[in-house]
Amino acid sequence: MNKKVLSIVKRYQADKTRLLDMLWEIQRQYDYIPHGAILTLADELNLSVNDIRETSSFYHFFHMRPAGKHRFYLSNTVIARMNGYQQVLMALEQATGATLGSMDVSGTFGVYDTACIGLSDQEPAMLIDDVVFTRLTVDKVQWIIAQLQQGYSAAEIANPQQLPTHSIAYVDQLVETHICQAGPVFFQQETDYHRLLQQCLTHDPDAVIKTVLNARLQGLGGAGFSTGEKWRLCRETASQTKYVIGNADEGEPGTYKDRALLIRSPKEVFLGMIIAAWAIGAAQGILYLRAEYIYLKQFLETELQQLREAGLLGRHILGREDFSFDIRIQMGAGAYICGDESALLESCEGKRGTPRVKPPFPAQQGYLGMPTTVNNVETLAAVTRLMEKGAAWYAGLGFATSAGSRLVSVSGDCARPGIYEVEWGLTLNQLLEQVGAVEPWAIQVSGPSGECVAVELSGERRFGYDDLVCNGSLMIFNRSRDLLDIVHQFMQFFVTESCGICTPCRVGNVELRQKIERIIAGKGCQQDLDDLLSWGEIIRRTSRCGLGATSPNPILTTLAQFNQLYQAKLIASQGTLLPSFDVKAALQGHEQARIKVMQIESEPSKEVVK
Amino acid sequence: MSIQITLDGRPVSTQAGANLVDVAAEHGVYIPTLCYLKGKPCLGTCRICSVSVNGRIAAACTVSVSDGMIVAVDEPALADMRKALIEMLFIEGNHNCPSCEKSGRCDLQAVGYDVGMLVPRFPYRFTPHQREVGAERIWLERDRCIFCQRCVDYIHDQHSGQKIFTIKGRGSNARIEIDKTLADQMSAEQVREAAELCPVGCIIEKGVGFNRPIGERKFEIKSVRQRALEDDV
Ligand SMILES: Cc1cc2nc3c(=O)[nH]c(=O)nc-3n(C[C@H](O)[C@H](O)[C@H](O)COP(=O)(O)O)c2cc1C
Ligand code: SF4
Ligand code: SF4
Repeated sequence: MNKKVLSIVKRYQADKTRLLDMLWEIQRQYDYIPHGAILTLADELNLSVNDIRETSSFYHFFHMRPAGKHRFYLSNTVIARMNGYQQVLMALEQATGATLGSMDVSGTFGVYDTACIGLSDQEPAMLIDDVVFTRLTVDKVQWIIAQLQQGYSAAEIANPQQLPTHSIAYVDQLVETHICQAGPVFFQQETDYHRLLQQCLTHDPDAVIKTVLNARLQGLGGAGFSTGEKWRLCRETASQTKYVIGNADEGEPGTYKDRALLIRSPKEVFLGMIIAAWAIGAAQGILYLRAEYIYLKQFLETELQQLREAGLLGRHILGREDFSFDIRIQMGAGAYICGDESALLESCEGKRGTPRVKPPFPAQQGYLGMPTTVNNVETLAAVTRLMEKGAAWYAGLGFATSAGSRLVSVSGDCARPGIYEVEWGLTLNQLLEQVGAVEPWAIQVSGPSGECVAVELSGERRFGYDDLVCNGSLMIFNRSRDLLDIVHQFMQFFVTESCGICTPCRVGNVELRQKIERIIAGKGCQQDLDDLLSWGEIIRRTSRCGLGATSPNPILTTLAQFNQLYQAKLIASQGTLLPSFDVKAALQGHEQARIKVMQIESEPSKEVVK
Repeated sequence: MSIQITLDGRPVSTQAGANLVDVAAEHGVYIPTLCYLKGKPCLGTCRICSVSVNGRIAAACTVSVSDGMIVAVDEPALADMRKALIEMLFIEGNHNCPSCEKSGRCDLQAVGYDVGMLVPRFPYRFTPHQREVGAERIWLERDRCIFCQRCVDYIHDQHSGQKIFTIKGRGSNARIEIDKTLADQMSAEQVREAAELCPVGCIIEKGVGFNRPIGERKFEIKSVRQRALEDDV
């Protein structure tokens, strides 16, 4: 084993910032990360053994113990649950003999669940050994497992024609890409990238930044920070070494628009990174790709290679001696928090994804301590387009406070789930009509971290930074859906995904989840609702990063717009005890002890053995 | 550079870039802290120093003061927020003060007293936490860990620079690990440093303890508030 691990370490030149890559390679070799491998890594990288474990134990997809030769990760989103998740899971467990969260006795199959894998328009879906299967049914699951048992690999089953794994045909075979409404910004006809970049490079970096500023482009990853401003801050730092990072972590449950862009417009995204590099003065870029999108990696590598061959990437871009820039792909390993730009930087450095204390901001001290621009995939694609069409054109889209448009990943109760480009200013009702929403009742805008709105109350709100902000996820629920159960699942998501470094998020979210459980169980009273509000507020306001700052939202926003759902579950306190207090259960221990004492006393006395 | 900020309604002059916790203490305003250690890199983990800065809640230890900043500390709503965070730490672990070696010297206990915590608003969890006693001179009593990260960030092996204390897992399952081999190579001073650094009774030095009479322990002689305020005078 030692030899294999050593050769892996050597391939990464014993660079500890590449720890995630090494752990991935080791896991691919052994199907888990054996203790012996960690010992070798520790030795070679001058890290303590536990330090390696600090990283490996943070990520969902790394296994420290044998976890099955074939590992199934079934996406457990609320959308999957609306589409047969439970049946699929049962079929999986039955056919493999493994129970959720573990492997079967022979160690062949491991069945795990995982947060949203970016396929909400084709759920239930699961990852198996680096490939993905969508629209799962009981039959399909049984068939897949039968094939595996016959000795076919997951890759062979998913790709029976053996299409080259770097081809778009391969990607299209694995997943569907539904682009239902495109333009004016995204998914337009092939741009002449060569000409576009040439034109960009005729302007000095400050002019490029000015264009982006004038276009009023705001980051599309969620926070909505001005892209031009971010670039300017980064450009103004004195450092010689700077980095550009494309954030393709796309972890917000319900979003899959970045996947669509990476599949249909990868060069637009990469060109955005190249333009950013020119603007801020970076020589190295990283695309941080979530592990759930591993099946896109080779395709994207090929796209990068084509750009290099065309002279648009690499040394002396377009013949300019003053501009060299290249991009590598960094795979994540399963952690929603790594979408947060500073956690992402930690992850890129081979560490656990703990969001950093800010300031300093990434633009000042980012990757390896150097000024870094982190932009969402969609923002980068928008940059390419606005450079092509001009700042005025882009700024003219949308309305006063919100320029341009954004992609929305639609899922749930509607006729046409898929990607919709929404020009800011569109109302929620208009979008619901476009997507063929079926009796829409509650809309989860921006995923669990966003807000849940009632169509009745909020249908006329418009998408925009001053009203209905949207990070690209939109889930539609009709009245048949159990909204409190959905809230509970979202809270579970935050509990599972919290990095745990700060008190309010680590401790508080568990308390919120428990309260919701109590209310769902019909044991809550008004006091519990008051607590939810005030505790939620405390967590929201005191947490260190955006995860904790948004984690109470499923509760706070449903309390605001669906209060009657909660009220209907409450019971009145009787006397001074809270309804959730179970006197019998509380006294059970005492009762059992009392019975035991009585039994002991009635038995003939035994010698006390010393 | 000399600047002015407003601290609980009072104009206060100070130096730009100074840490808000220190600035407040210098001017007689105590902000409770647990992870913060003056002069060490900011950890920003416990959040019990949350105050209002220009109308937004921020952990004071992460704030460098700048001209015109408006800071509020002593407001009932803010005090309640800080108290809630301290309560969270109490219910998350198992803090049985009377039997704890650190009692009387424990920062968590001291700030609990300071904010007037009686019964936490959150239900006690009574979660069992496995203790780690395998190192020769260090006892890790995880029931009491508040996950402040001081040990992780400030204690390193003196030869290799490697981490001795690390995190395992994430979220509410995360816990502190100790590298026994490296721990056994720590100097006596470093062991003491680690035990002193730990704000609670989680990192305990074996073979010593309960060596101070009740009534003469650190925070019995002088409260955590007095210490914070006077150290800066
Ligand atoms: C918990 C959390 C998760 C996030 N996940 C993502 C993500 O998956 N993709 C993304 O682009 N931004 C994500 N963000 C936002 C990033 O921190 C950052 O704002 C963004 O990548 C900046 O790019 P933009 O300015 O182009 O939007 C996340 C933030 C938080 C707090
Ligand atoms: S808010 Fe949650 S995810 Fe963010 S730093 Fe705190 S514990 Fe980690
Ligand atoms: S062991 Fe002590 S110093 Fe380390 S994180 Fe826990 S409380 Fe903090």
